[in-house]
Amino acid sequence: MNRLYTPALVRGMTQPRTRREAFRIAGLSAAGLALAACGVEGQKAAPPKADAVQEYWAKQQKHGKVVFANWPEYMPEDKAPLEQFKQATGISYEYKEVINENAEFFGKADPVLRAGQSLGYDIVVMTNGIQLQHMIELGYVVALDQSKMPNFLANAGAKYKERSYDPGNVHTMPYTSGVTGIAYNTKYVKDDVTSIEALFDPKYKGRVGMMSDAQEIANFGMIALGIDPENSTEAEWKKAGEKLKAQRDAGIVRKYYDQNYIDAVSKGDVWVTMAWSGDVFQRQLAGEPVKFVVPQEGGTIWTDNMLIPKGAANPVDAMMLMDFLYKPEVAAELDEFIQFVTPVPAVQDLLRKKADSATGEDKQALLDMVDSPLMFPTDADYAKLHSYTKLTTAQEQVFNPIFQSITQA
Amino acid sequence: MRRLTPYLLALPSWMWLAIFLVVPLAAMASVSLQTGNVIDGFVMTFSVSNYSNAISGYSTQFARSLVYGGLATVAMLLIGYPVAYWIAFKGGSRKSMYLFLLLLPFFVSFVLRTIAWGFLLSDDGILFGTLKGWGLLPADFHVLATAFAVVAGLAYNWLPFMILPIYVSLERVDPRVVEAAHDLYATRGAAFRKVVLPLSLPGVFAGVLMTFVPATADPINAQVLGGTGNTMIGNIIQTEYLVNADYPTASALSFTLMAVLLVGIFIYARVLGTENVLEAAAR
Repeated sequence: MNRLYTPALVRGMTQPRTRREAFRIAGLSAAGLALAACGVEGQKAAPPKADAVQEYWAKQQKHGKVVFANWPEYMPEDKAPLEQFKQATGISYEYKEVINENAEFFGKADPVLRAGQSLGYDIVVMTNGIQLQHMIELGYVVALDQSKMPNFLANAGAKYKERSYDPGNVHTMPYTSGVTGIAYNTKYVKDDVTSIEALFDPKYKGRVGMMSDAQEIANFGMIALGIDPENSTEAEWKKAGEKLKAQRDAGIVRKYYDQNYIDAVSKGDVWVTMAWSGDVFQRQLAGEPVKFVVPQEGGTIWTDNMLIPKGAANPVDAMMLMDFLYKPEVAAELDEFIQFVTPVPAVQDLLRKKADSATGEDKQALLDMVDSPLMFPTDADYAKLHSYTKLTTAQEQVFNPIFQSITQA
Repeated sequence: MRRLTPYLLALPSWMWLAIFLVVPLAAMASVSLQTGNVIDGFVMTFSVSNYSNAISGYSTQFARSLVYGGLATVAMLLIGYPVAYWIAFKGGSRKSMYLFLLLLPFFVSFVLRTIAWGFLLSDDGILFGTLKGWGLLPADFHVLATAFAVVAGLAYNWLPFMILPIYVSLERVDPRVVEAAHDLYATRGAAFRKVVLPLSLPGVFAGVLMTFVPATADPINAQVLGGTGNTMIGNIIQTEYLVNADYPTASALSFTLMAVLLVGIFIYARVLGTENVLEAAAR
């Protein structure tokens, strides 16, 4: 610490530079500039060729371990599904809860993958949306070995085998789906919340949480205005932006949250907030006074997808684990805890059977799950749920600033 | 050969500077003048408008960061100086223990500490929940999600970097100098004002430097403790880099921030620093 303020240092910082020194510094920077002027290369990838995919998989071997990067609150605490996988296959796992936001995850992964390095994960989970689209477009996702997914092909629901963002299941397998709706703290909100207008209600001034993700918040702005986000136009984004800006300027919003909204609403820092269905159910199970609703105007449905990032060390083990999660009994175990929408429809019957043999509170909890339209939506339920806007890169450059200028004022 | 030896010995540090400072800075300078997007790549177009767009688009956040950073620095100075003074002059044989206690919280990660503040200050948390229960605070009182919370968080997180340099400069003050002041009929206040304070100014100078710069650029406190309208420039840079993958705008913002801070420090050093400080100390 002594050296921090040595007079020499202080003097060096304040003494005028001579002109010669200035030139020398400039020359040095110019050399560096020339060195760096090559810029950041684009890497738009062609769709994978069938024989290239086969060639890739022919070279891979099972290594007996797998690293799974996932979102928080997305696995039972005892990691039972992964333990079963370990027992069945002898493959050991590392499970990391490192993904909190798609955009931020992509931002961190992009330079690494661009440089041809490995992320250190064999499976990552990303929501259908612009970043997943980027990952696939940039060739950052290993094309799956279609011969190694028997459980998926046998047990996944039709909706989960035909997804517009990954036709033919070339790159991804769904982990779960979920609904974005409204959560509220029943200690402070005594009325039943039914409408999206609750988020704009001056009654809850300073007690409303909104999400910081541009797509999530845009969707809710549009739904509140009666616009279908999936087919929205630039003019409609701007209208939604104005609505959300008015909401912020009236002091209704307390804060724009990422995953930590769930702590804020359980603690009572916010009373009404945008929320992801399963998070809220898990908190309910833990005895916290929170409740989830899909507003009558509609909510959004999204799917989180498992994929193998380019450069993964253990792709074969990763394929085995991804497919293993499609065994109905494993999927049931997982979904009973995370309570999102499982891509395996057979889970509903398995949970009903489990409920039949259970007693008391457990029985009731299981029956509630089986009948929940948020875990097992019917076609009518699906009709009320909107999908995300699909954006091109050019559109994204218009879309993001509209909503970020609200969340990051 | 002998003439070359010092240069050879200095080589590793020059390499270090070149690899970890000059090259990244040059790369950033280059990227800040490019245009493009993450899919098609970025190409050099010498687009100076990146800078003007970045500055005009985010001038509010720039100004806010300087204000928050400045307020936090003043708060740290007001809190830190007495602490440093007390440890240096009244700490006795336990000085090193007090310094250790001061640093103890900093064995925990910076982000975790900030989140812990979020828990402590939450509306119905340990502190405010209890006070509200006793009826000492109105029910809608809150500190989280305000500018105050952000500035307080900044002040908390860098406080030791203010205290330590001041402590070091105070610790070196010869007690006999203070005795001499008293012998010359200086009151305690006068002895402090005319002797101790000037001698400690180099420490204050270093402390301000070491706290103002990181506090101004910090994104974490605003993100964890702030609400709407508390976004600092660090958050914007983070969003541009990580969320929008708009590397040119992010680089332009980073450079502008660096320039603003460097100019600020330069002026500060000119006005308050070096000769003035040293003269004050010598007087």
